[in-house]
Parts: sequence; structure tokens; C-alpha cells
Amino acid sequence: MIHFVLLISRQGKVRLTKWYSPYSQKERSKVIRELSSEILSRGPKLCNFVEWRGFKVVYKRYASLYFCICSDQDDNELETLSIIHHYVETLDRYFGSVCELDLIFNFHKAYFILDEILLAGEMQETSKRTTLRLIAAQEELLEAAKEEASSLSSIIAQATK
Amino acid sequence: MNPFSSGTRLRDMIRAIRASKTAAEERAVVRKECAAIRAAINENDQDYRHRNLAKLMFIHMLGYPTHFGQMECLKLIASPGFPEKRIGYLGLMLLLDERQEVLMLVTNSLKQDLNHTNQYIVGLALCALGNICSAEMARDLAPEVERLLQFRDPNIRKKAALCSIRIIKKVPDLAENFINSATALLREKHHGVLITGVQLCTDLCKISPEALEHVRKKCTDVLVRTLRDLANSPYSPEYDIAGITDPFLHIRLLKLLRVLGEGDADASDSMNDILAQVATKTESNKVAGNAILYECVQTIMSIEDNGGLRVLAINSLGRFLSNRDNNIRYVALNMLMKAVTADGQAVQRHRATILECVKDSDASIRKRALELVYVLVNETNVKPLAKELIDYLEVSENDFRGDLTAKICSIVSKFSPEKIWYIDQMLKVLSEAGNYVKDEVWHALIVVITNATELHGYTVRALYRAFQTSAEQESLVRVTVWCIGEYGDLLVNNVGMLDIEDPITVTESDAVDVLEIAIKRHESDLTTKAMALVALLKFSSRFPSCSERIKEIIVQFKGNLMLELQQRAIEFNSILAKHQNIRSTLVERMPVLDEATFIGRKAGSLPGAASTTTMPSVGIPNGEAKPAAPLIDLLDLSSDDAPAPSSSGGDLLHDLLGVDLSPAPQQSGAGQPSKSGTDVLLDLLSVGSPAQSSSSTVDILSSNTNGKSPVSPLDDISSLSLSSRANSNAGAAPMMDLLDGFGPSPSKENNGPVYPSITAYESSSLRLTFSFSKQPGNPETTNIQATFTNLSSTVYTDFVFQAAVPKFLQLHLDPASSNTLPAAGNGSVTQSLKVTNSQHGKKNLVMRIRIAYKLNGKDTLEEGQINNFPREL
Repeated sequence: MIHFVLLISRQGKVRLTKWYSPYSQKERSKVIRELSSEILSRGPKLCNFVEWRGFKVVYKRYASLYFCICSDQDDNELETLSIIHHYVETLDRYFGSVCELDLIFNFHKAYFILDEILLAGEMQETSKRTTLRLIAAQEELLEAAKEEASSLSSIIAQATK
Repeated sequence: MNPFSSGTRLRDMIRAIRASKTAAEERAVVRKECAAIRAAINENDQDYRHRNLAKLMFIHMLGYPTHFGQMECLKLIASPGFPEKRIGYLGLMLLLDERQEVLMLVTNSLKQDLNHTNQYIVGLALCALGNICSAEMARDLAPEVERLLQFRDPNIRKKAALCSIRIIKKVPDLAENFINSATALLREKHHGVLITGVQLCTDLCKISPEALEHVRKKCTDVLVRTLRDLANSPYSPEYDIAGITDPFLHIRLLKLLRVLGEGDADASDSMNDILAQVATKTESNKVAGNAILYECVQTIMSIEDNGGLRVLAINSLGRFLSNRDNNIRYVALNMLMKAVTADGQAVQRHRATILECVKDSDASIRKRALELVYVLVNETNVKPLAKELIDYLEVSENDFRGDLTAKICSIVSKFSPEKIWYIDQMLKVLSEAGNYVKDEVWHALIVVITNATELHGYTVRALYRAFQTSAEQESLVRVTVWCIGEYGDLLVNNVGMLDIEDPITVTESDAVDVLEIAIKRHESDLTTKAMALVALLKFSSRFPSCSERIKEIIVQFKGNLMLELQQRAIEFNSILAKHQNIRSTLVERMPVLDEATFIGRKAGSLPGAASTTTMPSVGIPNGEAKPAAPLIDLLDLSSDDAPAPSSSGGDLLHDLLGVDLSPAPQQSGAGQPSKSGTDVLLDLLSVGSPAQSSSSTVDILSSNTNGKSPVSPLDDISSLSLSSRANSNAGAAPMMDLLDGFGPSPSKENNGPVYPSITAYESSSLRLTFSFSKQPGNPETTNIQATFTNLSSTVYTDFVFQAAVPKFLQLHLDPASSNTLPAAGNGSVTQSLKVTNSQHGKKNLVMRIRIAYKLNGKDTLEEGQINNFPREL
């Protein structure tokens, strides 16, 4: 099972945190501090796994971002690596060649996409197309709500004129 | 409307934060935003609530406190619209965790949303529930989730399945409710539902044996078929990764098959074919393919034995191991670790490669490889493996050395074929990485050294050599210091040379050099310095020629700021100065340490295992069993600042001393600070001086055995809490009086009546005092401690004391502590007498004495009669 997902920039800034196991806010910041210093200091040719507090942290660097997933000791590390890649590809398709700035300004979308791929620390959907379709459908709902709100407000505006 | 919140959009705030050049600027922006958000919260602002929460989440990620936004999440979740709910649930998962009580308030909203007509809202609720639900929520909402497992839309079914995993993990009792609906999911065609169904079944099987039985019986074939179809499926763009259709599903299926096959031959049998197919046909040039292979190998190794498959699996691991990709090698090491128990021989074949991995530049790989090597070591290969590891120790990185050293020490001590090899290897480790060696390891080494009688000379010479090059390694210094203290004579005289040794010339002063370096070394800690002091004392008695120099060194420590060192220095100095005659016996060589006891105590706390294991103290022979040993123990005492009886390190230390410290009393030396030093010294003397009859020793011991005090004198000394010594063993007290010319003994011996000491004889040149004690239950016998003090200014030599008694008395004289009586009361000679009065109660003791000595070479004789014995003797 996955315990948490972290996105850390090369400068150590947190871009996304998703917790599937209970960590108090204090523990969370401690975990982030510990792991970012450990992972950011690793050389480029080393393996992508770090053993940490009896767990395994699988990380991969894409451009300026480190994607880290902490999973159980006996989980398949190579699969976890594939999950990271799967997530990155999905983001890439959604944003169209994703970059760190996309994830900063649309951090909530990165969360929504992650929530369609992982749930309760397990793999939820293996098809990128399905994931993106679900995201698109929910965004349509948002648009519809917005339009409704604006038409409502214009009706109100007209009525109060 | 709030004047602040209308102003900035989320995007603008992020821009402002990113534009901040300093941390202070960023804090200012965040503070301003937080103030605006708080204001909006207070005004119960509806329009921008979700924007504010989004801002809060961003601020939260930067590490600022955002607890004030928690209630906003609940309000957003409770609002009817999808956009509000979506951001509300996101905030809930980010800002809260399952342990917060606020979460309980959301249960009702969740319940409503799980029954919502909009499937996306149902999806949001399931997602939140799956990620943060607590046990209470799991209980409350399990029926809803169960129902949603049959929802028409597959995207809800898959979410419900994962939610169920969370629920049964939180509340395992609920597992059986999910068995039927979970197995139904295994027949689905939709990959999302299928993969989540497989995961749910895997977790169910782990939690409930009942579910395992059910799934094994009903679904094994279905799963095997699904896996076969998947493995043989043609290219499908939607699920394809590197030419493989849905590797994630592959892996999850293999994982579930592993659970089903474990411990069940039939199920294992039915999956053999497909496992063989996956193991041979899967492409292994991409991560995804290797992930499947890895999982497949794991399954093959776990299910019931099938020889052919195992060979296949181990071979693929061998391929993994020779892969150039670090990730693959790491995984292979991991897997070989699991394979060792199943097929140790096969893994041994890869030993050379694994050993190479120990030297890898990657810490994760090194760690795995080291652990693997550790389990691969056995009696036959320990020599080459240990050599490789020790060679590597020289070049290894510092942060790896601790682990490596612990493992090497453990291997070496576990499998060493002979003592000399063990000692050699340990010396190498100590010279390379002595600073990383744990205390119990060098304690163990010392135990082995003392037991290897024929190697004492060899060891001390080897240590001496090692010290010349590696004096910066603390543990090496300690062992060297200890051995020179014990076996210094073997070092200097080249005793017991082995054929393999190079001859070496070490003078006495070279040996003292080592001790001096050790004690004066800046980095030496208290223990090392204390050990060096003891070694100096011991060495001085073996080589009187160095006495002066050693005395000088010891004197320098008399003013040391560390109480421990100061005290030792003062005590040792007085041994050197005043008690020449008993010194050699006082600092005799340590008796051989009891290896069996030590090993017994150590068991389970080898460096490889958790070193926190605390073994109960075993009753070990202390003073009572071998009265000679403890004295020497005392001097070999290495002092930990705070001996913690519960930690294994401490235990071992105590073993070394042959003393059980665990009931060490908490006494403070503050009571009699001025006397305490001498007290101990006197105790030392009274126990050890051979001139005394056993009586005084017996007294000490009997006072222990009688339970007068729960504390053995050794404990006292060892724990260096020195006050109250006089009370805790009365036997020693008279000695103190006599030596220091104190008044009558204050001892509170309640074993029998207390008798005042008397001055039995006094002339212008000599004083003789007697102190008395009786063994309980034997009133006829009196033990007398005679103490002679020289009142003149000249040393008396060839000192002899004789006594005669009437027929109704029986007299037994023990040898005197010395035949030289220093001048001017500057020391004394003691002698014990035992008088048995056959007419006890009727007649008093009476004694005639004659004292002969040489004064400036001239024979002198003094005679006298003693009539002033206490009446009741």
C-alpha cells in the first residue's frame, strides 16, 4: 500500500502532498524535511529507491520535480516506479507537455488527477484515457455550474434593475 | 462584501508569493492573505469560500498553519453544488487527517453524498472516505460502500472497491460482509474494476482466513484464466505500456495468486503453467516488464514448491543481478534475500556478484547487499567473505562504516573457526573502524582474549603494533590499554612467540608510552582514560623500574576535573606510595573471564539483531564464590559515566567485571567526601592483602551472605558510590581504624557484640593496637586484627611479631602484611590472629608478645604482656 505521495522541487519546495496513512501535521512536515534532504542529495546514477523508517520511498526526477511515493517494504518497487511514470504521463496529456509552473498554478488539478489514479493508497485506474475522460466530465460540471451561476446573477441583475 | 477577498484571485496570490524575493516577503504576503481569509470566514462569506480554501491549501503546502480553515471544508462539503463539494473534499483530505475530531462532523455529509444522484458527487465522497476514513466512520458508512460495489457505473464500483479495502483494514470484523461482492468483481471486464477487485480480494484474504478459503476455491481458476488472457492479449493502446498490456493488472493478479498459492498445493499446481509462461515470455528490457518478472519470481518463490519453476526464478534473478540498471540490481538483491530460505545453494552461486554490490556507490544497494552477504555467510565461506568485507572497510564511506562494522563483527564472532583468526580479524576491524565498534563487541573481544591463554603474548604484541598506526580508533586504544595492563610483561619479554610473528622489541618505557599516549590523547573519553590509569598501575607492579615515571603520570591526574579520574589517581597514587608491599598482589592478572556466562548474556543482542534486547541478569559468581577475583575486578573496572543496568551494553560491561551491578544503590558520595577515597582504598586492601587471615575477607563476605546489606561491597566500589562503605561491611572497618589511627570502630556490626579496640602495647618506638571481631554463633573464637605503627623516624626491617598464650587458649597467627614497617606512622603492618578461648566466660584473654626487628641493621627486641583485653572475649 502507498502511504503518501510527495512532489518536491529541486529547491526543496513542496508542490503536492497526498497522505493515505494518518500522519499528524507535525509529522508531515518532519517527513517532508527528512525525505527531501535525503532524496535531493542523491546522485543521478543511483537507484531510485531509498529505505526509510522501515518503508521504501521510490522517487523519480522529471525535469525540476521529484516525484516520491512511499510504500510498504514488500511492495513491488518497479511497479511503484511505473505508477509514478503513469501519473506523469497522465499529467502530461492533460496539460500538454507539463512543466512545474502548470503544477504550481493548477495544483488542485494535479490533486484531482491523482485522486482518479490512486485511492486509499492503491491503484485505481490504469487507463490514462479513462482518467482524463473522468476529469473532463467533472470539469464540464464545473462549467455548467458556472454558467448557471452567471445566468442566475444576470437574471437577478435584470430583475433588480 | 469583504474588502480583501474580492481583490486577489488564487492565481494572483500564487504569483505574489512566487515574486517574493525573501522569505520575509513571502511571509508578509501569506500573512496578508491569511488575514483576508480569516476575515472572510468570520463574515461567513459564501461567494469566495471555495477560492479561499484553494488559497489555504496552497499556503498549507508552503508549510504555514491553516487549521482555521478546517471548518470551511465542512461548510463547502455541506453546500449543494459540485464545484464547492469538489474543493471542499480536496481540502478535507489535505488539511485534516483521520485523527482529528472535526472529521466526525463530516460523516453525515458523506452519507448523503454517497447516496447522491450525481455519480461524480458519489465519486468525491468515496474518494474522501477511502483516503481518510477512521474506524468509526468505516463502521457507520460500510453499508453504503457495500451497496455501491454494485453500482451501475464502473467508475463508482472501482472507487467503492478501494474504499472497502480501507474499511476492512480499519475494522477487520467487517471483512466477511464484503466477500461475496468482492469475488463478483473478479469477473468484470473493465480493467479499473478488475484491478480494484483483485486488490480488495488480496486484502480480504490477508485479513480473513474464511475469505482466503472462499476465494481460493471459487476464483483461482478465474484468476489464472484472466492472467492468461491478459498475457496473450493483442496490442491494446489504452492499456499498453512498453508493449505490455496493463502491467499493473498483471502485477496485482500475480500478487493475489501468490496469496492463494501459499500453503496450498492444489492452487499452486493450477497456476504453475501461467507462471512459467509469464516468467519466460515477458520482455525484460523495460521497467514495466521487469516489474512483472519481479512479481512473478516472488510468487514462484512463495507458492508451494515446484523445482523447475524455482530454477527458472533464480535464473531470472541472476539475470537481474547482472543488469546494469541499479534499480534492477536493487530489486534482485531484495528478492535473493527472500530466496535464501527457499534455496540457499542457488543464491550462494551469486555470491561473488553480491559481494561486488556491497562495494557499490549506491547506499541503497550497498545496504541490501550487505544484508544478503550477512545471511550467506557460513562456516565454510566465512574466511574469504570476511576478508573481502574487511578489505572494503578500508575504503568505505563513513556513513556506511557503522553498518558494515557491526555486520563484520557479528559474522566474525559467529563463525570464527579458531581464536587466533577471530582475534586477527577483530584487530583489523578495530584498526580500521574502531570508532564504529559497539561496546559489547570489544567487551566480547576481551573475553575471548583472556580465554586464549596461549595467545596472550601474540595478541598484546599485535595490539601494540596496531596502536602505532591507528591510535585514533577509540576501541582499539581501549583493548590495547587493557591488554598492556594485563599482559605487559608478555609484550616486553616477547613471551609465547608464534612462528608467524615478526620479532619485535618493545622496552618497558615503550609500553608505558602507549599508556601515556592513550591517557593524554585529547579524544580519549573517560572510560579509556580510566582504563589507562588502571593499566598504568598494573604495569608499574610488573616493572618496578617504570614506577617513578608511572607515578608522575598518575600524579598529574590527581587534580583532574573528572571525579572518576581524580579519585583513581589519588587512590592509585597512595597504593604506589604507601603500599608497595601489597601492590603486586593487589594488581594481579585478571582471572580468565567466564566465556559461557558472557555469551549467555549476550545471546540475542548481537550487533546484527536489535541491540536493545535486554537480558535478565543472570546470577553470576561475584565475591562470594571466588574471593580473590573481585579485588582484581575492582581495578579493572572500566567506568561508564552512568552504568545503566538495563541496556545490553551495560550488562556486558558488568559481565566483564564479573560483578552484577544491577542492584547498584543510589548513594551519593556527599556524605563523607573527605573519607570516601580512603575508605575504598582500605577496603581494597583489606580484601586483597594476603598478609591478613581469611578472617577479614570472610567478614566481608559473611556480611553479604547474611543479608546485612543487599549490596555487595563490590557493587559499591564498582558503582563508585563510596560513602556508607564502613556501614555496609563491617569487616573492613577495623582495618580503617588501625590504618588511620582513628578511634574505636564506629562499625555497627549487628552480627555480634561490638568490642572496643585496645592499644595492646606501646613503647617509645612502637605501638600495637588490637581490634576484635567474632563470628556469630562461635563466641569462643575471637578474630584479632593487630596493627603495628612505627613511632620512630627510622624504618624497621625484618619485622617479626610473636605471641604466646596460656594452655586454655589456642592461638593461630596469619602472616603479616609486610616485614617492613615504614617510619613515623607513615603506614603500618597488619597481622591477623585467631584466638580460641576454651574457658570462654570464665577466664579472660591474656597474651605475651615479642616483637623483633632490625633498626639500621641492628637487631632490636621488644617484649610485653597484654592484660587489657575486653572482659567478654
